Amino acid sequence: MGILEVQNVNKHFGGLHALNNVNLDVKEGAIHAIIGPNGAGKSTFLNCLIGKLAPDTGSVMFQGEPVLGKKPYQINQMGISRVFQTPEIFSDLTVFENVMIPCFAHRDGSFMLNAWKAIKGETDIREQADRILLDVNMQDKLHMNAASLSRGDKRRLELAMCLSQDPKLMLLDEPTAGMARADTNATIDLLRDISEKRGITMVIIEHDMHVVFSLADTISVLAQGAIIAEGLPDEIKGHPKVREAYLGEAEV
Amino acid sequence: MISKLKNNDKLLMIVFAILVLAGPIILAPFGAGYPDLLQRFAIFGILAVGYNILFGLTGYLSFGHAAFLGVGSYSTVWMFKLLTMNIIPGIILAVIMSGLFALLIGFITLRRSGIYFSILTLAFAQMSYSLAYSVLTPITNGETGLQLSLADARVLDPVNTSGSIPSTNLFGLEMNDTWRTTILGMDFQFNVGFYVSAFILIGMFYLSIRIFRSPFGLMLRAIKSNQNRLIYTGINTRPYTLAAFVISGMYAGLAGGLLASMDPLAGAERMQWTESGSIILMVILGGTGTLLGPVLGAGVIKYFEAIFSRINENVLHAWFDILPGFMENAMVWIVLPFVGKGWQLTLGLVFMLVVIFLPGGLMEGATRIGNWVMKLKNRGSADSTKTSAKTSAKSSDE
Amino acid sequence: MDAIFLQVLNGLDKGSAYALIALGLTLIFGTLGVVNFAHGALFMLGAFCAVITRKILTLSQITLDPVRTNFLGKPLEIRTPYVELWWGDFGTWMIDYSVLLAILFAIPVMALIGIIMERGLIKHFYNRPHADQILVTFGLAIVLQEIIKAFFGANPIPQPAPASMSGGLDIGVLFGFAEYAVIYPYWRIVYFIFAAVVISGVFAFLRYTTFGMVVRAGMADRETVSMLGINIDRRFTIMFGLAAAVTGVAGVMYTPIVPPNYHMGMDFLVLCFVVVVVGGMGSLPGAVLAGFMLGILESFSAMNEVKAILPGIDQIIIYLVAMIVLLVRPRGLMGRKGVMEE
Repeated sequence: MGILEVQNVNKHFGGLHALNNVNLDVKEGAIHAIIGPNGAGKSTFLNCLIGKLAPDTGSVMFQGEPVLGKKPYQINQMGISRVFQTPEIFSDLTVFENVMIPCFAHRDGSFMLNAWKAIKGETDIREQADRILLDVNMQDKLHMNAASLSRGDKRRLELAMCLSQDPKLMLLDEPTAGMARADTNATIDLLRDISEKRGITMVIIEHDMHVVFSLADTISVLAQGAIIAEGLPDEIKGHPKVREAYLGEAEV
Repeated sequence: MISKLKNNDKLLMIVFAILVLAGPIILAPFGAGYPDLLQRFAIFGILAVGYNILFGLTGYLSFGHAAFLGVGSYSTVWMFKLLTMNIIPGIILAVIMSGLFALLIGFITLRRSGIYFSILTLAFAQMSYSLAYSVLTPITNGETGLQLSLADARVLDPVNTSGSIPSTNLFGLEMNDTWRTTILGMDFQFNVGFYVSAFILIGMFYLSIRIFRSPFGLMLRAIKSNQNRLIYTGINTRPYTLAAFVISGMYAGLAGGLLASMDPLAGAERMQWTESGSIILMVILGGTGTLLGPVLGAGVIKYFEAIFSRINENVLHAWFDILPGFMENAMVWIVLPFVGKGWQLTLGLVFMLVVIFLPGGLMEGATRIGNWVMKLKNRGSADSTKTSAKTSAKSSDE
Repeated sequence: MDAIFLQVLNGLDKGSAYALIALGLTLIFGTLGVVNFAHGALFMLGAFCAVITRKILTLSQITLDPVRTNFLGKPLEIRTPYVELWWGDFGTWMIDYSVLLAILFAIPVMALIGIIMERGLIKHFYNRPHADQILVTFGLAIVLQEIIKAFFGANPIPQPAPASMSGGLDIGVLFGFAEYAVIYPYWRIVYFIFAAVVISGVFAFLRYTTFGMVVRAGMADRETVSMLGINIDRRFTIMFGLAAAVTGVAGVMYTPIVPPNYHMGMDFLVLCFVVVVVGGMGSLPGAVLAGFMLGILESFSAMNEVKAILPGIDQIIIYLVAMIVLLVRPRGLMGRKGVMEE
């Protein structure tokens, strides 16, 4: 029994069958990658998991609790955190403030009218934010405006924000998109580190096979909205159906 | 100086309190030291500080705050009519009523954001205005406006035998009481109403600092910056925006109540959406999202309103007297449309210029001037430090 | 029955005005993505084009009457408009029809104002937040209305309709009602027909000309169109001019119905935003439909029978409808999903 169980999820956009009976079972603590050619429905699938889209049918259970029908912030409060394809951060705020917000969200829940207390007095939150920024190696950029960070730093900041919520499951949408090789490798190390030290389960959507095969414990292959193969990295590498899906695309 | 104030709230608070309380002395040389104008400075300062909590922090542009101002005024005048001429119950009711009203309006309008929110609040404001004029006449007294009369009950007050309407007071201190003194030929007026408003303004300013510096304030700024991210960070943004909306609505109600306390009448025109527009002007002109800016903006606008609208043709002729006749007339002809009744034209132009060139308002302007002065100062010693600056820049690049 | 019929008619002319202004607003919004709070001011400027035209046409030569005197005992002044002096009856005709002539005057003037506005100001706000656009155009609206106030004063200036169109038509008889049951002023019929012509003109222009096709393509996807090497910006500028002209002539033609004053723009602005929102942001047919619908709804709610049940409903019906529409169906009647939602 896995931490995340997806059963028979279907999603139509008009005539397009974007997700066709998708099933998924992710073990706790594992890094699971979802790969597939462009337009296979990977992002749609992720959006269904975080409550951005509502699937037509099917069920999504997280730690035995239903996810579907909940609002995005409720899903997050269950312990599911998401990293976006283009880093979504609070660009008008400083790096430190960016990390403090999820710390507050983790401690105080989805709403608390904390209007009289000064942030300066919130020592536990400040210490936590400091620690997390140290973990991702950004302690020297505390007071920089988030907008002025480099793209790689923005990505790291977003990761830090997710980590500070102490999530049980992280959903990552192409965490290395648009990165140089060195940055990619650094990110791979960082993610593996997080997974090993904190035991956070991860579901990663990724194009870059280098990233997939150096990170993933298990892999699902999505093509035209359906899962065509599933298994350990070595099984996927030689899988005929996968080759067909990718080569078929390559020929076009 | 400004950057110092930014970082040191205690100092800011003390300086602010001193400046406000010394208002009658500081402003007298500028011809603004009379009670009526001073009261308006303080009251509209409160209004702008409150509006800034919503717009400055969350970025939600509301055109409905005039409605809360109106609700506050009506509530207070009703208290004067029914209960007592003491302003305390009136102001308390004003804050409560406007808070409830803001809760209702906010609950509906905050389902949408951006331009839709602005238009919804606009529609609500116009609706309240129309209702105040028509159906709600028993409460608002329609076009005439709500006024006091001798026949009013005033249950808590002793029976009025003076034959005239009693004046508003705070436990006996009458709002229109003014202590005047002349020093060095200058007339100073210390008015009770102003000091009541000033103390409330200082309190409200302190409250706004607390909100700005609190986790709640941080969440509001995060909403402005990236609402989507906040939702996916597990925050339910609606209660936050609603709380900000209600708080700033209560500020507006408080200001409305104070306006009615100084001059006990309330009319529907106070609720028109263009009035909300003028609140926005104050906040933008001063500096959105800054602490001091809104108060500054309110002060500047009310000051120029008072000064500019008093200038007429004769005053202008006196100004340009030194010029030869035809040039004097030409100058008067050019300047006249911008002053007197046309001062709103000046206001509109200044406002446009601020939005175009100085989106941060006067506060940004002050910061820029400050930086520029610093640069000029540094230039003198720049040669000696040039090399070291270069190396430090290099090291920060690496 | 005849009362209902009359209300529909009454609603039509108000609805025509709403539809025309909302159409202009939507053209600007749909093409440029700018929320233009100065749009009401354009309507007001159009109305004052009519005032100016009439003022020019009635510029008079003043002569003194040799016999009669006024109440102060001075010789009576006789004002003879120059156009009458020069062209006789034709001059008189021109003054009578000044509202219609004002259209000829208003179209180029308003188009020019629109183009100047776009090039001089709004262009610089495409990439700024919507709040900034609202604020700067709001400031512009204040400036424009104060300029008009400085020149024309604060009082409304009544503009007569041409004499031949100032009567009323017993329109009820045509539809089989009793005589004198439904009397409808000619000018309102003219206004409705005029609005219908302008609206269909704009739609035809967008539908059947290549220029319109490009603009529609630009409304749908600006980036792609400009990547095709088409200068979409210039076309959008022209569209702004067109929108200003449409709104301006709507103002010109409205003057005989409501005497223009300097703040009429602000009064109409709120209503028209509501209309646009109800119709759906960015949808031209939606704007027209919602304009007529709300105009008719408003005049129905002004009926005594309705007011007896819901007092004051006529004052707020439009806002009420707008709120319900926005909350239940945020994209409006005919809008695309997600426009301006972020």
